[in-house]
Amino acid sequence: MSGWRLWVPLLLFAGFLGVAGYQLSQPGDDAIQSRMVGKPLPEFDLRPATQDRPGIASAQFGDGQPRLLNIWASWCVPCVAEAPYLDQLQEQGAEIVGVAIRDRPEDVARFLERHGNPYVAIGADDISEVQFGIGSSGVPETFVIDGSGRITYQHIGDIRESDVPVLLEKLAEAGA
Amino acid sequence: MTPARKTRHRTLRATLPRTLQRALMAALVLCLGAPLAAQQSLPPAPYADRQLDDPVQEAAAQELMASLRCLECQSQAIDDSNSPMAGDMRHQVRIRIAAGEDPEAIRGWLMERYGDYVSYTPQVSATTWPLFAVPLLILLVAGAIFWRRFGKRA
Repeated sequence: MSGWRLWVPLLLFAGFLGVAGYQLSQPGDDAIQSRMVGKPLPEFDLRPATQDRPGIASAQFGDGQPRLLNIWASWCVPCVAEAPYLDQLQEQGAEIVGVAIRDRPEDVARFLERHGNPYVAIGADDISEVQFGIGSSGVPETFVIDGSGRITYQHIGDIRESDVPVLLEKLAEAGA
Repeated sequence: MTPARKTRHRTLRATLPRTLQRALMAALVLCLGAPLAAQQSLPPAPYADRQLDDPVQEAAAQELMASLRCLECQSQAIDDSNSPMAGDMRHQVRIRIAAGEDPEAIRGWLMERYGDYVSYTPQVSATTWPLFAVPLLILLVAGAIFWRRFGKRA
């Protein structure tokens, strides 16, 4: 056996260590991207989550108006953090519809009273039906729905200040 | 931790009566626990924890649920998780099976939304093919080495 062949297993092992070490040093991304971006909204019809806003149905989308679809819940802590930025988005012309996950009307009302209500409609999703339908895996998540009822963008996690212009831009793109 | 901090920590513990310490701890735990408890304030979806009446269908549902990954809790199958979202996923699986859907079609429905992440049954794809190819390759190489070493002598 020639000398260089002896080193092949060691080199393979070193290569493996290198790959493993590199991957370990990279920050992990545990967000689960929805594969539904680019596809039409699935069908749903949700009862109102609170008294002073109507519920939502998939049939209402596709009227030419692009919208933000915000998946949230009154029990969700990051949803409190994103509330002011949803208000900002609404003030700057975004039409926002909400889907409240596993929520009670009185809790929804209390949350909106405390943190503001930027929604034109809020549907109650008691069994995460819409959440699964659009490929969302947690709260909060925000989707851009274009004028034809197609999902064009997904924002995972709470909306921060820097996300506001991004969402407005995606919304403008969806309206074009 | 700096020495100064350590001392201050120790004196705080020493000066607070044990009951007060416990009460503070309990209050802290309650603060953290309240939002978590709230997402379970609603009753679970009808078929989250209820078996299907037909034992054959229930068995099919169980088998599928054991190989679907919880989206919220990670690294747990949905049949094994107490997370409300896992309960909602079990409800989806059971009502779809009760409606006569094929288990693999339900897996497909979820993978259409969440990709490979949601399934514990590996599929051959552009990114996973080495998982299937490398063991075969190693077996072939090992076989070739054995053949060269011992096969010729026989």
